[in-house]
Amino acid sequence: MAKKIVTALVGAAVLGLGATAAQADTLSDVKAKGFVQCGVNGSNLAGFGAQDSSGNWAGLDVDLCKAVAAAVFGDATKVKFTPLSAKDRFPALQSGEIDLLARNTTWSVSRDSQLGFDFRAVNYYDGQGFMVKKELGVKSALELSGASVCVQSGTTTELNLADYFRSNNMDFKPVVFEAQDEADAAYNAGRCDAYTTDASGLYSIRLKMANPDDHLVLPEIISKEPLGPAVRQNDSRWLDIVSWSHYAMVAAEEFGITTANVEEMKASANPDIKRFLGEEADSSIGADLGLPKDWAVQIIKAVGNYGESFERNVGEGSPLKIARGLNGLWTKGGLQYAPPVR
Amino acid sequence: MAESITYVRDRFIEAEKPPTSDSSALAWIRHNLFASATDGAMTIIAILAIVWYLPAAINWLFISAVWTGADRTVCLTTEQGGQLPAGWSGACWAYVNDRFVQFMFGSYPRGELWRPLLVVAMFVGLLIPFLIPKVPRKGLNALLLLVVFPIVSFFLLLGGTFGLRHVETSLWGGLMVTLIISFVGIVVSLPAGILLALGRRSQMPILKTVCIAFIELIRGVPLITVLFMASVLLPLFLEPGNNIDKFLRALIGVSIFASAYMAEVIRGGLQAIPKGQYEAADALGLNYFHKMTFVVLPQAIKLVIPGIVNTFIGMFKDTSLVTIISMYDLLGIVKASFGDSGWITPVTPLTGLIFAGFVFWIFCFGMSRYSAFVERRLDTGHKR
Repeated sequence: MAKKIVTALVGAAVLGLGATAAQADTLSDVKAKGFVQCGVNGSNLAGFGAQDSSGNWAGLDVDLCKAVAAAVFGDATKVKFTPLSAKDRFPALQSGEIDLLARNTTWSVSRDSQLGFDFRAVNYYDGQGFMVKKELGVKSALELSGASVCVQSGTTTELNLADYFRSNNMDFKPVVFEAQDEADAAYNAGRCDAYTTDASGLYSIRLKMANPDDHLVLPEIISKEPLGPAVRQNDSRWLDIVSWSHYAMVAAEEFGITTANVEEMKASANPDIKRFLGEEADSSIGADLGLPKDWAVQIIKAVGNYGESFERNVGEGSPLKIARGLNGLWTKGGLQYAPPVR
Repeated sequence: MAESITYVRDRFIEAEKPPTSDSSALAWIRHNLFASATDGAMTIIAILAIVWYLPAAINWLFISAVWTGADRTVCLTTEQGGQLPAGWSGACWAYVNDRFVQFMFGSYPRGELWRPLLVVAMFVGLLIPFLIPKVPRKGLNALLLLVVFPIVSFFLLLGGTFGLRHVETSLWGGLMVTLIISFVGIVVSLPAGILLALGRRSQMPILKTVCIAFIELIRGVPLITVLFMASVLLPLFLEPGNNIDKFLRALIGVSIFASAYMAEVIRGGLQAIPKGQYEAADALGLNYFHKMTFVVLPQAIKLVIPGIVNTFIGMFKDTSLVTIISMYDLLGIVKASFGDSGWITPVTPLTGLIFAGFVFWIFCFGMSRYSAFVERRLDTGHKR
């Protein structure tokens, strides 16, 4: 009951704020204070948002925050991170505590409309998957009928799981845990046959296993979880900047521009590349966005292109070793696609 | 002088040693460990448990443990992509070692670490003489520790003045946050609790009602709810950009919460003082203030020292709840570090939690031993 009241209060406050925030101009605020305040994952998601030993932030979401700072200020260090839990990420964005939420947040219609946020770019296409012990001999999620499945309670994961088994006429025994850590430990201890969470999470859980090679991630993905940056509604200039910071990284990969060769690429004969890097005389892309002319160059220098960022944080260059898959470029069978820069 | 002959013994006989059946090691064992069949069974179970678990624990914690290394590969077996033999399991102290500064100070800028270190030095330098009864000038010491020290620390840690770089509270973390919240909670809650307890027992109806309402309201709500309200709901009702610092909100939340609990502990002590003491103080012509400070409170507080320390220890551990409002205390920062892909291994979470548990234990055990010492020292008439 108390929870309902709190939810109602939050909802009421959100609606009230949504109305007052109509004329918000985050870009001016950010320029005035001199840094971007970015909400990131405060716990337990390797590869997306985590602090290293010296307190530096690293991860795919963190790179997006840095890219925005590089685009606005030409300096990727002008960003401050607010570590957020799953619970307080939305109020933090609504209340203006942060300018940008890049915390592996699924873009869904209710968050886009009811919560008063805007999403556009997707910096990681995730989906719910299963992991099983190899000794079961299961090769597909459709063979899991009758299995006991470890799952975290109160998440969309739990609902997706029930829907999937029901729609395929299979039985399952949910073994439900309050916290992710407990679910991990229970699966590790053999209390259930299969484990389900977002596929990116499955990879980081494998790293915590005593014998990672005894476990298999099944090919089926049973839900869509497009993760992307969120900003407050009705601030399309800021939404443009955040989205295009991501698209610039994708476009750079399409053009083959990397941190290493960005200076040489400025002299490229390709007019698209020259326009993108702000080298064409009449190029006004940066100015139109409200950014410096060399905004894309600064992003690429700071965090590299999307492929570089991906490999460094979650791909082959990281312990996670996640394959590009859905996050490959559209030309290579993935979904990452930047609108044309012209 | 002639030798006096008396029939009265003028010296005691030397005390005899107890019979060996009572004083030998065997007797001690019989009396203390095997006095009855139940005692014997318990002793054997306890010894078996120690023999069974202790060597394994020592082996895991120290002998098989990895002490140095730069990243996760030093704590991985060959199957997991490291060098250690298959089936190895042990503590990964290399990870705690690598993360130690972060566990202590969070993300506090590494170049400014002298500031929290100076605060720690001042704290230790003021606290130790304060706790040792023989050291003189307790009044000055208390003034420095409870009034001057917090103010100096505030400016030193936060910066922004006196040419110090501003360090916002979102960069604070680790044990530093745990200690600051606990210290502020303790320093605020004891006097506030005493005032609330006196208010609750006062004859003045409005004051009494206000105190009762405050205490019952705060005690009736979980600390998580207080923190969550302060952190999530409050900013929604404030003008955007006018946020009260989150750390300050947490400090206020914890302080009022501890004060309400402390008030009830102190009230327990006040009620245990016989009515005769109050009447005796009245008969001497003492006013209310003198009656309380000279007669009632010294006795009442002495009675409830275990309860007070219990509240302090509970509060010290409750500081971990600030994790839910994205403040990272010791436990929070240890748990958050499990997500660093540079150190993910099967053994790092357990190692980190053992480390956090050990640090908490040191502080709580220290408080508990000191309270036992104070009880013994003040125990002047109630010994049974």
